[in-house]
Amino acid sequence: MENILEVKSLGKNFGGFAALSEVNLSIRKGERLGLIGPNGSGKTTLINCISGALQNDQGSIHFQGESIVHLPAHARTRRGIARSFQLPRPFRSMSVLENLMVPLAYVGGVSGAKARNQALEILAEMGLADKAESSSASLSQVELRKMELARAMAAKPQLLISDEAMAGLSGSEVDDVLDILIDLNKSGITIIMIEHIMHAVMRFSERLVCLDAGQIICDGDPQTVVANPQVHRAYLGD
Amino acid sequence: MKYWIVSALALLLAIALALSGANEYIFFAGFVVLQAIVLATAWNILGGYAGYVNFGVPGFVGVGAYTALAMHLLFQAPILVQILAGAVLAGVLGLGVGLLTLRLRGIFFSIATIAVVFILEAIVMNTRFLGGATGLQLTRPALAWGFDSYTRMLFVAMTAMAILAVSVARYIQNSHIGQGLQAVRDSEEAAECSGVPTLKLKLIACAISGAMLGIAGAPLPMYLSYVEPASTFNLHYAVIALAMPIIGGTSHWAGPLIGALILGSLQQIVTVTVSSELNVLVVGVLLVVFVVAAPDGVIGLIKKWKTSSK
Repeated sequence: MENILEVKSLGKNFGGFAALSEVNLSIRKGERLGLIGPNGSGKTTLINCISGALQNDQGSIHFQGESIVHLPAHARTRRGIARSFQLPRPFRSMSVLENLMVPLAYVGGVSGAKARNQALEILAEMGLADKAESSSASLSQVELRKMELARAMAAKPQLLISDEAMAGLSGSEVDDVLDILIDLNKSGITIIMIEHIMHAVMRFSERLVCLDAGQIICDGDPQTVVANPQVHRAYLGD
Repeated sequence: MKYWIVSALALLLAIALALSGANEYIFFAGFVVLQAIVLATAWNILGGYAGYVNFGVPGFVGVGAYTALAMHLLFQAPILVQILAGAVLAGVLGLGVGLLTLRLRGIFFSIATIAVVFILEAIVMNTRFLGGATGLQLTRPALAWGFDSYTRMLFVAMTAMAILAVSVARYIQNSHIGQGLQAVRDSEEAAECSGVPTLKLKLIACAISGAMLGIAGAPLPMYLSYVEPASTFNLHYAVIALAMPIIGGTSHWAGPLIGALILGSLQQIVTVTVSSELNVLVVGVLLVVFVVAAPDGVIGLIKKWKTSSK
């Protein structure tokens, strides 16, 4: 199958610290990729470089065959890369519905009643229809996570990056969010999921990549990766 | 439609009042309150909608005033041309300042904007053509439009500019630009990742806000028939431009209007009945009261009252 994203020799430095070094990663269209690694291994830096929140220092990033390294984050979103944040970042002065209206206006170019209907449809898929008019500042943790995913979906992405969308959630809430991500993937969206909750990672991932100290130490099917001694040493423990 | 009817009525009322035999002081004080509306509304476009606190207000007011002065000295330009030129140059300054500073955030952006004031004041102080540090006394050109005093004429002009400023702020708030700026204020990273071109929107806000602040300053030379840098670039403008939207509410176009009407009127009343020295005290006390008791300003209080009465 065709690759939707190709990252080659990617490097990112913060002063003298190499957060990413020689990272090579290809993702197929429609794939569900799990990204694991210890804290500080460079997972979020990698997705920040892909989404445009950070500018990479070395290497190339191609999305759907086109280089995107020169594009700012909003332009990458318009090309089809959307993301959620490790710490939820709702537009707190807006309602849940209004949060979705922003990408609908700026990416989809729709506004008014049409945008409202589309936003309501997405919220219904996420199980948040009854919260549409609520202030985003009043949402619970799981609702915030769902709203972030809904807002990302309002940008009509082809690649969705979920950065620890299940952090701090209970077991049933984790399953709830996981079901949403799997359903989104079934609708044709490629998904990169960063997560520390291993049972969720194993249930979700078709392929698993482990980062350590800014480098990919293992890439393959989930069972093989978790059985890898280097992954055990760096992340999973004995 | 209701908005435009009220605006047209306000302008007609101002013209009728200016052509009547009403006391001259009304126009003198009214000009100050109307100028406060323009200042507050202009500041709020960047400070309130986008959350970028601009302390450089006196710099933009000064550019407006000194551009108008230069137009008068060089070309004997009529007041409307002076104001237009002041707005254009202050808008260009806004764009320039934005390009240089908008990658900074929070307090760093605010500090950078203060620097603009000192730089511009130093330039004017060292420019003999503009009167230097001692300032310049002006001979005003003949009156236009059938008015019998400059104060009355500029009162009407400032009414029109206040209406224009509020209308622009209202349009921005209800447009995609306002929606994007609101997203920027809440979370710039999330806005950018939602497809909002944050830098472009901030530059637009900076340029529009700058042009409107320039408009507020442009009539000053003709209003006072004297201009000098110390009072034109006075940081008092920065304080009131920030205080008025906070008092009225920064999230809505009507907030700065309400804040300016409250603070501007109160300052004029205190000046006449007590002392002009107490002006700053009024600003300080009101600011503390609102920040502590009503951080969303009068607009926030109205929203709360509406919610609780449902």
